Amino acid sequence: MSYEISRNIVRNELVGKIEELSGQNVFDCYQCGTCSAGCPVVEYMDIMPNQVMRLAQFGATEDLINSKTIWICSACLQCSTRCPKGIEVAKVMEALRSINLRKRVGTLDPNKIETEDLKDLPPIALVGAFRKLTG
Amino acid sequence: MNLPYYPGCTLKANAENFEDSAIKVMEILGYQLNEMKDWVCCGTVFSMTTDDLMLQLASIRNLLRAEEQNLNELVVLCSMCYNTLQRAKKFITEDEEHLNKVNDLMYKENILYEGTVDIVHLLTVLKDRITFDKIKEKVKKPLSSLKIGGYYGCLLVRPKEFAIDDFEDPSIIEDLFSSLGAESIAFPYRLECCGAYQTITKKDVTIKRTYEIINSARRAGCEALVTSCPLCAFNLDQRQKETAEEFIEFETMPVFYFTELMSVALGGGWDKSWSKMHYVDPRPILKEKRLI
Repeated sequence: MSYEISRNIVRNELVGKIEELSGQNVFDCYQCGTCSAGCPVVEYMDIMPNQVMRLAQFGATEDLINSKTIWICSACLQCSTRCPKGIEVAKVMEALRSINLRKRVGTLDPNKIETEDLKDLPPIALVGAFRKLTG
Repeated sequence: MNLPYYPGCTLKANAENFEDSAIKVMEILGYQLNEMKDWVCCGTVFSMTTDDLMLQLASIRNLLRAEEQNLNELVVLCSMCYNTLQRAKKFITEDEEHLNKVNDLMYKENILYEGTVDIVHLLTVLKDRITFDKIKEKVKKPLSSLKIGGYYGCLLVRPKEFAIDDFEDPSIIEDLFSSLGAESIAFPYRLECCGAYQTITKKDVTIKRTYEIINSARRAGCEALVTSCPLCAFNLDQRQKETAEEFIEFETMPVFYFTELMSVALGGGWDKSWSKMHYVDPRPILKEKRLI
């Protein structure tokens, strides 16, 4: 992958939106990798949490918006808790999900939940998934 | 003594055994859990975006109801409800603009939300008000030789400001079970996420999480797990069915709500109806240890 870096791209509108929705300054990150090291589901991600922060610094927001990572993150807050710079990485993930969800782009179609599963799934799983994964 | 209590949806559906056993245990300890009136879903997952206050309304409305009913605290059993209510309360009350906006959104309510209700997890009540020493005195059937792993998951310890104990090295569940006579084992993956609601869209992820968490517990010597989250319980217990299909060498492990085993230890016994709420049958281990 190659990225063009320029002032316009780095501080683009979407980076501003991510910072606004998350309340985090993405430029605080100094790439220590603690977030990715502690993430329990990092093996399923296409972009690791520290890379999410780096791409946000580069203004490569399209890659982030379209990543699998933001839908794998379950907001367990391990990254937020351990970040030595106090960045709440999970809130950055939530901001990226929200940008999608507010355009009605989600990853859960309630009609496609397996009937077999639907019998057993507790309300806590269903409501949780609807709130995090549907627009 | 009466304690105002917020159950949450899943305790009235898939986790009736959790509520049942908690009420029973608290009665033995001399407390009555009084269900608050007119509660609704807590919203389940806390919404972390800074701008959309609408998403906090489910939680806040419950707290407003509690204020209306002149309650100064709510005891919560479900880790998810505990976590979400705490975070929503802080997010709304720490900023006057948020508080005013949320009251504007709830303009049809009879009173203004002020943020006066404390949210307390049952484990904190057991530790700080009743104390584990007192609980130890009431033990009728010590859980002797039962090797228990306390699974905290995320919601009891993160974010750290609402952790019910040390957020990286808690011992509240271990201490409770030691006082019940069990052998408490602090196993490595006890604070790791179970995959939560991904159990719907990314079942493979939760199956692997269950595999890793249960195996971590087994390697550390645990014979059973205890939890206080109905979603963790679903993933770690019900999903063992798929986990066993996926990984042929996988051995299942019973997963209890902590109150179920407390009931057994404190003389409340094991209610037959609880067995069918579990996927991995908990009775063989209880029989083996002569607890039922």
